[in-house]
Order: sequence, then C-alpha cells, then structure tokens
Amino acid sequence: MGDQEKNYSTNHRKTALALSIIPGLGQFYNKQWIKGIVFLILTASFFIAFTDLIQYGFWGLFTLGIDPTYDHSITLLVEGILAVIVTLLGLSIYALNLRDAFKVGKQRDQNQEPNSVRQQYQNLIGGGFPYLMMTPGFMLLIFVVIFPILFVVLLSFTNYDLYHSPPANLVDWIGFQNFIDIFRIKIWRETFFSVLAWTVIWTFGATTLQIALGIFLAVMMNQKGIKFQKVIRTVFILPWAVPAFVSILVFAGMFNETFGTINNDILALFGLGDIPWLTNPTYTKIALIMIQTWLGFPFIFAMVTGVLQSIPSELYEAADVDGATIMQKFRQITLPLVLYAIAPILITQYTFNFNNFNVIFLFNGGGPAVPGQNAGGTDILISWIYSLTVSSAQYGKAAAITMILSLIVIAVALWQFRRTKSFQEEDMM
Amino acid sequence: MKNSRAKTIQLTLSYLVILFMFAIILYPILWIVGASFNPGNSLSGSSIIPSDATLSHYKELFDLEKSDYLLWYWNTLKICFITMVLSVILVSLTAYSFSRFRFVGRKNGLMTFLILQMIPNFAALIAIYALANLTGLLDTHLALILVYTGGAIPMNTYLMKGYLDTIPKELDESARMDGAGNFRIFWQIVMPLAKPIIAVVSLFTFITPFTDFILARILLRTEEKFTLAVGLFELISGQFGNEFTKFAAGAVLIAIPIAIMFLSLQKYFVSGLTAGGTKG
Repeated sequence: MGDQEKNYSTNHRKTALALSIIPGLGQFYNKQWIKGIVFLILTASFFIAFTDLIQYGFWGLFTLGIDPTYDHSITLLVEGILAVIVTLLGLSIYALNLRDAFKVGKQRDQNQEPNSVRQQYQNLIGGGFPYLMMTPGFMLLIFVVIFPILFVVLLSFTNYDLYHSPPANLVDWIGFQNFIDIFRIKIWRETFFSVLAWTVIWTFGATTLQIALGIFLAVMMNQKGIKFQKVIRTVFILPWAVPAFVSILVFAGMFNETFGTINNDILALFGLGDIPWLTNPTYTKIALIMIQTWLGFPFIFAMVTGVLQSIPSELYEAADVDGATIMQKFRQITLPLVLYAIAPILITQYTFNFNNFNVIFLFNGGGPAVPGQNAGGTDILISWIYSLTVSSAQYGKAAAITMILSLIVIAVALWQFRRTKSFQEEDMM
Repeated sequence: MKNSRAKTIQLTLSYLVILFMFAIILYPILWIVGASFNPGNSLSGSSIIPSDATLSHYKELFDLEKSDYLLWYWNTLKICFITMVLSVILVSLTAYSFSRFRFVGRKNGLMTFLILQMIPNFAALIAIYALANLTGLLDTHLALILVYTGGAIPMNTYLMKGYLDTIPKELDESARMDGAGNFRIFWQIVMPLAKPIIAVVSLFTFITPFTDFILARILLRTEEKFTLAVGLFELISGQFGNEFTKFAAGAVLIAIPIAIMFLSLQKYFVSGLTAGGTKG
C-alpha cells in the first residue's frame, strides 16, 4: 500500500472516503452532483421513514415490552426483526456509498476522468440488471423464509408458552434456558431422546427399505424375457402417482382396528384378527415403516430404471465370459454403478423422511399416547414440534427443538454438498 | 439346456414377485373404491365388493349444500395454479441472473439458497403463524400462496440455474452484438430454450402445494377455505365424525385425476429430479 501511495500525487480517494461519512458529500467532492444528490436524498428519506421503526424496534427487541397492558411481546419481536432487516439494508446502502466515493476518488488519483452521468446510467442498467431481476423473488424470500427463520431463532431464547403469552402476560428473554431445560428436566430429556431415537430408526429403516425394494424391482424388471413390461412398470409407479396424503389416509382406514380391512379380511385369513395397529406404539411403528416403503419405492424404482438402461451391456457380457453368477454381477457391476449415479437423490430421500410430517401425522397423529413423556409414541421431531406448537402452546421449547433439528439437517446437507462436484466447480457456483 | 431351465425358474420367480407386488399395490386402491360405493357411513360388516353398491356418496360430495368438497377442490386448484405461475416467474428471473451474471453477492446468494432448500419451510411454522396473525393474513389463501411461492424459490432456482448453465452463452453474446438488451435476451432467446425446465418447475410448484398438509392446516381456519388435504383429513377425523365412506369417495375423486395427470407427465418428473440430483 505504501509503495502505491507514492505513485499518486493526489489523495482524492481518502478525502472522498472521509467526506462520505455523510453520504453524498464524497460524491460532491468528486464532482458527481447527481449521484451525490441521490445518495443524500436516499439517506435523508431513510432516516425520516425509519427512525421511529428502528428506535422502537430495537427497544422492543431488547425489552420485549414492559407493561402487558400496552406492549404485546410477540408484536414487538416481529417489529424488532423488521428493524434489524431495515438497518441491515440501510448499512448496505451506506457501504455502497463509501465504496463508490473511494473508487471514484481513486480514479481521479490515477488521473482518469470520472464517469459521465450517461456512463453511470449505463453502468447502473448493466451492472444493476441482475439485482433488478432478483429483487421480487428476494423480497418474498426475506419475508416468508428468512424472516420466519430469524423469528424461530429468537423465539428459542424466550419463555413464550401458555403462561407467558400475550396479551395477558409478557414474554421474556431467558437465554439458553430452553435448551438447558430440554436436557435437564427429566420429562423433556426422556421425551427428546426417545423421539430422537425413533426419528433416527424411522429415517434409516423406512428409507433403506424403500430404496432396497426400489432397486430390487428395477433390476428384476430389467432382465430380458419379462412380458407386459409397460403395464407392470405403470402399476409399480402407481403409489407415487396418487397424492401421498390420500394414500396415507386410506391406510389409516385400512389399519383401523374396528372396520379396517387389514385385521378384518387379510389377517383374519391367518387367524390373527386383533392386532392393535393404532393403539400399540410398536405396531404403529411397524405399520408406518411398511406404509412409507409402499409410498416411497416407486420413486427409487423410476430413478434406478433410468440408470440401468444406461449401463453398457458389454460389462455383463464380459462378466458372463468370466463365468460370473447373477449375484456376483449384481454386487460387482449393477449395485456400485446404480448407487454412484443416484447417491445425491438417496441422501435427499433420507432428509425427506427425517422431516416426513405427513405420514406420521395423518396416519395416527403421532400417537398412541405413551405414559411418562409429552410426545406421542410415534412422533418424530417435526411432528413433535407441531404438537408442541398447536396443542400445548410450548412455543419457546418448540423453537429450541426446531433449532436443534435444523442444525442436524444443515450439517447433513453441508456434508453432502461438499462431496458433490458442482460445489467445487467454479463456473457452477 | 441347464441354462435355459435356470432362466425359466428365474422368470417364474420374477412373475411371482410381480404378482405379489400387484396385490400389495392394487389392494388399497380396490378397497377404497369398494368402500366409496358402500351404502351407510361406516364399513363395519361390509365386504370389499358391496352387494348393494350406491353412488350416493359421490352425489353428496357434489351437492354444494351438503358438502364443501367442491369448494375445497376449487380452492386447491386455485392456490396451486397461482403458486405455480408466481413461482415460475420469480424462479426464472432469479435463475437467469445467477446463471448469466457475475455480481457481488452471487456466491453467497447461491450458498444461502443451497442451505435454505434443505430446511423445510414448515419448520418455522410458529413464525409463519405469528406473522400471518399479525398481518391479518390468517385464514386467507394469499398467505398460503406467498408461503408456498417463497418456499419454492430456493430449490427450483437451483434446478433451473443448472439447466440454464447448459445453454451456450454464445447465443446471448451474438444477440447482444445485434443490439438486444438484457431483458430481450432473457425473454426471446433464453426462455424459449428453457421450456423443458420450465415444464419441470411448473409441475413441481403445482404439485407441492397440492400435497401439502401442515401449512394449510395451520393457516386455514374456516371450513369453506380448506384445501383438499385439510378437508379430507377432517372428513375422517374430528368435527365431521366418522364418515368413512364419504371420505372414500372424496379420496377416489382426487386420486384418479391426479394419477392420470402424473402418469402422462411422468417423464418430466424423472428428468427434473435427475437434473436436480446431479446438479443440485
């Protein structure tokens, strides 16, 4: 830096930068009048429009209200997040102003003419075009995706529940107490770990079964000599084609203990007619895994069928010459190629089932109830969060569990994407 | 000789497996169709092929005075269609920017999208509920559409960006030589070439709201505003009591059109998911 500075006889860039502490002045100094006025007006209107929101918002964010008759803690929290977002937007405009003054000053130091208004306009249209195109989508994303995430993060540090709930009461910041409680208080700890254990078993059990069945059927259908290929494949795809919520509700009826066909018709044939599918947690779990296998295998089947058709037949012919058995061909050729090709899809299948709310909730509402814990016997983390929010109004705890769940998902996601090629290729990013 | 016998055994076994799978796949479907023709409200003591089949449950569903089913159908189609149109527009704009321009924040933006698509947006359901409540959007379809559209942006942008990257940039450049502006290149050159991926994104953004249960359940309060998923759930649980046969008719009326649509568009689904899997 020192060397470079000597090359310049003037020091416009530093002066412009310093003057830009008040946005616009640096641009005036650089004799870019219009740009300076735009910055000045932007700053002024920002302060006029948002000073109240920012002051009130930050006050609310820190205190969450002091008097329950006037202050609604959750409203204050929402306004606080709004104030944070607006402040960040303002700061980024401010940074843009500083950067611009510095850049133009540097051009002057290098004895270049600053851009004319016309050129600036063209720069704005050219360089600003991607921002312009992304603004609508980005705004929506901020309000319906990023905003809720911030809200949940903040909520997990509050005591918002049935007893601390506006308008009658205030909500307070309690630091990490929710997280500590989940691991300290016996009923929470036991529930959390039993739900987590079942979530893991569910994710691995159901997903692996559906993948295994899908691959098996695809390989089987790929052998020569099977007739009616098209009809059979169409039937195999059917469970995917019917909306999942319809199938799950139908299964809930089929497994019903009084009128369900599983007990009354099918199992009755074998002399077993009274299995408590919906009232015994173990049987509900078995039923859920079978249902998810039924729902999920066609997707894998379709994917693997596509891959199999692209495996060159020479590989198998060479294996035949060497006298390989069917099992050897499957284990040495088919399986590695298939798994390699569909690996990213498989991982998304696991994360999907990890958060598969629909099947758990629609089949039996997460039930049956189990003594000694405040989640149902088949609740997975996401459905537990739902029932904590909707039926027992434990918002703070639910938010804390959401955070834990998100951390797990993000960790898996990052691990996955570091392995995929697209992440490393410069042009893809 | 020995070889062909082994082959025959293998094929016979395969057909047995296929038969078994047919039974497992088709039985629930036949059972629910049978139930929908069953007279009375409950299924107790009935057989899978009812001896006195009746269409009365279907008639009841189509009677606007007795049931909100048609309303639910209309609501669902309306929400799905608007979500689809909005998402396709926003996703195309964002994906085009990410694919064709190198701007400050691009890399961070892509990273954010990558992470966001991993967290299901209903994980923040408390926040969505509180926000809808504050803005007065609770129990409106607008809230649902906005949430669905916002949730669809990250994943589908990634999907479409991957496809746009494969359209040669030379096309853009030669158009620019001829004096076309950014927007014209986007609209007249890139978008027509991106039709296959637009079809895929449309399908995904239509079907996701269709199959969603949790957000609709949280945001919608009055019965006339329900979507099919919430309405159907209410038919067999909660306030409507046990009207299983009516539910069965409702389920059949959803399953058949959607399954037909799905089977005819299946190759788009597979191609879209493969693209998403290898490029996402």
